Amino acid sequence: MALRTLFSKKAFTTASGFRPIAAGDRCFLRQSRGLTVAALPDLAYDYGALEPAISGEIMRLHHQKHHQAYVTNYNNALEQLETAVAKGDASAVVRLQSAIKFNGGGHINHSIFWKNLKPMNEGGGEPPHSTLGWAIDTDFCSLEALVQKMNAEGAALQGSGWVWLALDKGSKKLCVETTANQDPLVTKGANLVPLLGIDVWEHAYYLQYKNVRPDYLKNIWKVINWKYASEVFDEETA
Amino acid sequence: MAMALPLAYASSVVHPFEAGRLSFSTKSTKHKKQIYQFRKVTKVLAYYGLTNPPYKLDALEPYMSRRTLELHWGNIHRGYADSLNKQLANSPLYGCTMEELIKTTFNNGNPLPEYNNAAEVWNHDFFWESMQPNGGRLPWGGVLDQIEKDFGSFSNFRDEFVRSAMMLFGSGWVWLVLNTNERRLSIVRTSNALCPLVWGDIPIISLDMWEHAYYLDYKDDVSKYVNNFMDHLISWHSATARMVRAEAFVNLGEPKIPVA
Repeated sequence: MALRTLFSKKAFTTASGFRPIAAGDRCFLRQSRGLTVAALPDLAYDYGALEPAISGEIMRLHHQKHHQAYVTNYNNALEQLETAVAKGDASAVVRLQSAIKFNGGGHINHSIFWKNLKPMNEGGGEPPHSTLGWAIDTDFCSLEALVQKMNAEGAALQGSGWVWLALDKGSKKLCVETTANQDPLVTKGANLVPLLGIDVWEHAYYLQYKNVRPDYLKNIWKVINWKYASEVFDEETA
Repeated sequence: MAMALPLAYASSVVHPFEAGRLSFSTKSTKHKKQIYQFRKVTKVLAYYGLTNPPYKLDALEPYMSRRTLELHWGNIHRGYADSLNKQLANSPLYGCTMEELIKTTFNNGNPLPEYNNAAEVWNHDFFWESMQPNGGRLPWGGVLDQIEKDFGSFSNFRDEFVRSAMMLFGSGWVWLVLNTNERRLSIVRTSNALCPLVWGDIPIISLDMWEHAYYLDYKDDVSKYVNNFMDHLISWHSATARMVRAEAFVNLGEPKIPVA
């Protein structure tokens, strides 16, 4: 049976009356005492379905522990923010910003990441065609060149962060960007829409690839969900 | 497996030797012959060696496994040292101690490409020496007195250190430093490769909070890693030695002004 995360959803979903609401930024949200809070999204595949590119153990920890922690801490920060705003406590509002940016960014980034991945037997790794394929050929000369560029930037990233294939909504051009820690892509440009994001935090690959990040980057392309990237691209360029 | 380096804890630095600099005009013929013989010697460049941790790789079990040390020291730390030497092969930076190299390459906040590698080599050296088998428990003597003076009590210090470690976003380090301006101990968090040496503080103890330092042993349980470090790994011997050295640069005592 599919390893859905129903078992792991802890306090937030056990109370009655809460149901998921899909929001515009594609993060599952719930209503709780009038405050809309985030919830851990389900994966569309089993934890072990991405092997051998990404091990089931990493997927389970990454989803159930790391992403869940971001969701929990983001919600805590939101509640504290709500209180601070209601009280008019400006210094508390400002103090909470880094926790919101980090944990909220972590939630946003990982929600996109799960959709960027697909098991090989369900179409993961299949190269993009039509509109997105042509755009890649135009902006990067070839898919291989794009992959090489993203791998190079991902490997060169110091510390923790993400490497993105982004669409600039204004110029309708594709570009490769990196962000540090859990900064979402919009921190690099308000016009940037994430098509693909690759997590290069060590927790995303260390158990399997140890410190050889380039091997992780080489292999992850086998499970990349180009279909999702194409859908987002077509939506934004319509 | 580990390189068989002698157990010297200071990074070895060799200065370049350039025979071409000698002037020939006033030298005798015999002397000139000797100089010409020297010219055949290969130019030696600065080279930073990878130092061994001061204990066997399995000595920190079960709090830090041999496998973690094999990868962390053998691959990651070694990788930084190799990258640094490769970068320095064509660089005008040579003849520096590691600390000088870090401060120079930090370039007052606009780091040069060598900074990351240099700082990470030093940071990891410092980290291995901040730990010991059968470590942890309490400091003693001057270090304990200074901690109690600056934090109120050892348990306050311990709580603050753990809290600081848990609050770090992303990769980085947590340090107990001697703040040279305020002349007191304090706890600082730094991101990625940043090292308190660059702003003049003197590190006493460090804890590597990059995920590679604990992920194999603790997965996502960061709190257990930090607590185990405090209780079982931290080397108060090293801290004492570093404090003694630091006091040569920072006067921690109260001036004894005689009262008339």
